Amino acid sequence: MPEFRDEVKGRLAPLQLEATREAAIVEELGQHLEDRYADLKARGTPEQQAYAAVLAELDERDLLADGLRRVARQPRFEPVPAGGPWYGGLAAHFGQDLRYALRSLRLSPSFAAVAILSLALGIGANTAIFQLLNAVRLRSLPVRNPEELVYLKPSNSHGRSGNFRGSFPIFTNPIWEQIRDHQQALSAIAAWNSTSFNLATGGRVRIAKGIYVSGDFFNTLGVLPAAGRLISSADDTKGCGSWGAVISFPFWQREYGGNASAVGRNLTLDGHPAEIIGVTPSGFYGTEVGKSFDIALPICSEALIDGEYKVLDRRDGWWLAVVGRLKPGWTAAKATGQLESISPGIFQATVPARYKEKEAKEFLAWKLAAYPASVGLSDLREEYEQPLWMLLAIAGTVLLIACANLANLMFARANAREREIAVRLALGASRTRLLQQLMMESLLIAAIGASAGVLLAQVLTRILVSFLTTRGGQVSLDVAVDWRVLGFSGLVAVITCLFFGLMPALRATATPPIVAMKAGARGAIGGRERLGLRRVLVVAQVALSMVLLVGAFLFVRSFQKLIRVDAGFRKTGILVADLDFTQLNIPVEMRNSFKQQLADRMLSLPGVESAAAVNIVPVSGNGWNDSVHTNASGEELQEVAWFNRVSPEFFKTMDTPILRGRDVSRSDTLNSPPVAVINETFVRKLFKDKDPLGQTFKVDEGAGKPESVYQVVGVVKDTKYQSLRENLSPIAFVPRGQDKQPDTDCPIVIRSDLPLDSLTTAVEHAVAEINPSILIQFTVLKTQIRDTLVRERLMASLSGFFGVLAAVLTTIGLYGLISYMAVRRRNEIGIRMALGADRIRVLKLVMREAVELLGIGLVAGAALSWWVSRTARSMLFGVKNTDPTIFGSAIALLAIVAIMASFLPAQKASHLDPLEALREE
Amino acid sequence: MLDRELKKGSAELMILSLVQDRARHGYEISKIIETRSRGTLRFNVASLYPLLYRLEDRGWIQGRWTEKAGQRRRRYYKLTAAGRKVLRAQRHTWQSFVAAMSRITGLENA
Repeated sequence: MPEFRDEVKGRLAPLQLEATREAAIVEELGQHLEDRYADLKARGTPEQQAYAAVLAELDERDLLADGLRRVARQPRFEPVPAGGPWYGGLAAHFGQDLRYALRSLRLSPSFAAVAILSLALGIGANTAIFQLLNAVRLRSLPVRNPEELVYLKPSNSHGRSGNFRGSFPIFTNPIWEQIRDHQQALSAIAAWNSTSFNLATGGRVRIAKGIYVSGDFFNTLGVLPAAGRLISSADDTKGCGSWGAVISFPFWQREYGGNASAVGRNLTLDGHPAEIIGVTPSGFYGTEVGKSFDIALPICSEALIDGEYKVLDRRDGWWLAVVGRLKPGWTAAKATGQLESISPGIFQATVPARYKEKEAKEFLAWKLAAYPASVGLSDLREEYEQPLWMLLAIAGTVLLIACANLANLMFARANAREREIAVRLALGASRTRLLQQLMMESLLIAAIGASAGVLLAQVLTRILVSFLTTRGGQVSLDVAVDWRVLGFSGLVAVITCLFFGLMPALRATATPPIVAMKAGARGAIGGRERLGLRRVLVVAQVALSMVLLVGAFLFVRSFQKLIRVDAGFRKTGILVADLDFTQLNIPVEMRNSFKQQLADRMLSLPGVESAAAVNIVPVSGNGWNDSVHTNASGEELQEVAWFNRVSPEFFKTMDTPILRGRDVSRSDTLNSPPVAVINETFVRKLFKDKDPLGQTFKVDEGAGKPESVYQVVGVVKDTKYQSLRENLSPIAFVPRGQDKQPDTDCPIVIRSDLPLDSLTTAVEHAVAEINPSILIQFTVLKTQIRDTLVRERLMASLSGFFGVLAAVLTTIGLYGLISYMAVRRRNEIGIRMALGADRIRVLKLVMREAVELLGIGLVAGAALSWWVSRTARSMLFGVKNTDPTIFGSAIALLAIVAIMASFLPAQKASHLDPLEALREE
Repeated sequence: MLDRELKKGSAELMILSLVQDRARHGYEISKIIETRSRGTLRFNVASLYPLLYRLEDRGWIQGRWTEKAGQRRRRYYKLTAAGRKVLRAQRHTWQSFVAAMSRITGLENA
């Protein structure tokens, strides 16, 4: 076959076409001529003739040059698959771009996997914590017009004494009644208290969550019944005899299967009958965020249910929270003004009789104020808000690190595709189209990563909520996905990917193709600039990881210290059996001996080492304190001391050593002088370390009553009273037998090595033998204590997890960067090796870069950590935020991990074959 | 040979209609024209390709290098959406023109 292309080329020469264009035309026309030639030959024309005929066609009146001159001058843009002319708009190419992006991601599975995973983890963690924060802090109550709600509180109260119940013991009932009758700032007002009711009639208790509500409660919140009717003002009248109970929707579903016949049925609440009059709608959980209720009763019924322990009429019984709806057009500030004006009258009418002059004067000066309550009240919030914000900050930092990784990955990818992009540009692809395609890839990663992140977040949120749920306080939060959450995740994903996808894409398409193609695979274009940015990213990653690791170590150490703190008593192997014998109607004077009897019965059980009746279980959150004063050392000393009433064997059960003197004993009765066993801190603060045995101290009993005098008979080691975190306070233990006003509640601490199940069964049997109407509630002390540490455990686990995650991400980032840098310098390394450098030198050469970056990152990280750790100070226990061991450990860990990460590519580089490296053009 | 002017006016119409049903490469197009016109019309290299490129620049046809199994790659041309419209219009014009000519000159079933 003669070569017609050269002939065509020759004829085109005078046109001076652009090289690619000319080549295309030459090829096409050459083919045509070849086909022509073949055809002629097939018909039998001799070679020479055919050849001449074809050439003649080509030369026909110089038409070719003429014709092409007009058309072929401009380089034309060949529509390369994916990358054609920009006209047609974004939408026209959307499908094409999408398919292309999917394909190219499929071809680089490791890049896609790491990118999507980083994004999913970062977004998932942030979304989960944000969802939780949203539910706890930001979401409005599911009631009518929550922005109109306010709650009332004295703006200037400093402390009051008396009996406290519930999570928000702000007002007494007398005060509430005064407010209700005299306020004019609110269109509707209600009071409530959260409590619990026992549904069982004997034996083991069945606890349901309850609330006492005033008559107007549901009306104030604008809640309508799902079935039956709700409590109204008519139901909440003083001295109400039989009353109706309102149950919640979930309770209705659980206990009655959502059956309409539930309305009208009877319940037993703490032994008293109540009729179900209605059901609240689903989604309504009360006014306390994080809690829900099962049964609601009118406030007036408290008198009957609590019997002799009722607080209904006590002027120093604090148990009610008050919430109200502002009048149209009123603000909380205006309402406060009105409430302040009526305050003196209210408090005058309700001052507790037992208050002494000083306390009474303070009380009378109280002023009422209104605060916005659209997000409800919540002690869950108070407890967890700070940790949650801190966790959000931590998760946000992890996301930053993940994004930095993503950026590095995308830069690396853009580098690798430089050649491809250059060729496409040369073939005529429009820059805009190319950008569109590269962005589509980024957006695809963003979309997949964000969706995966949101799904992951749901799982993480459930885990977080179950973390926060303890036996004592079940957490119920509405953590459904809402627009704020979706918006947040979406925003993060889009910003990340657009920013980190756009930059490399812009740079890649900005380089003149010829430059890219000449330099080969190493990508020297703008290399310096881009490399600088990548270096900064890695240094930032190292610094941020350091902060997170320091934080993690701090919290983990804190938690460890807290768990191991010497509480002064043994925490394991102790079962608490809370016995309630109210139903037995035992007269007051017999109760002390009955309690001792119960304790003795427990003691006699096989496998029980010791048992004791106690008033307040250690670290249970309950407490009893009084003001005491002594005069032993000559000066008058006064302190607030904590009290506990214990039977003999208590210290033995709790393993608290008696340092001096004796234990309380059975001979300490109401007929013998009042005695007490005190702890070391009591001795230190009130007896100035003088020997207290035989000395006395006096306890304030309230206005008009004589002080009680106690004689010290023993000293015990310091113990924690209410929580493991507290500072040690003076504690006095008084004998069970000397209780002047014993109640019908008897917690017993039991020490035994028996497995839990058999022990509880044995206790149940023993108690039932004494009387089956005694109610029992079991708690394992170790679990109860652990439940008080949820916050610390949360911080330790999550910050630890994030710290490790951050280190892993940074390692990947560092590995990637060092590999890239090593590849870039292949030529240089090849030359060095050819000139005699040995492997070690090459290793050092590559590692030096890594170590430099690491060093800068660690220094920056240390400074940042030091500054940031100050904010966490209040959450730490037993460890300073500048603890050098912790900083040292974090530095060491990061250094080791990072050096290992950079060692691998350095190793690879040092095993380079110099000839191969040099062969690379 | 037909007069060059006549050929030019109808050339576009011919090429557009030939690539309407399927994509064809340059040589194929010239072969079909030659065959179907029984030798009356012939496009050679010098006149065909400038025309093709012109049509391509206008966006009426689209050329693409395609590699079929076992063959070397060739440039195939297909009709675009815009080209389809133009083809319809040009066919209509040509038919009207032919009809008018027949009436004027008395040509019948030539």
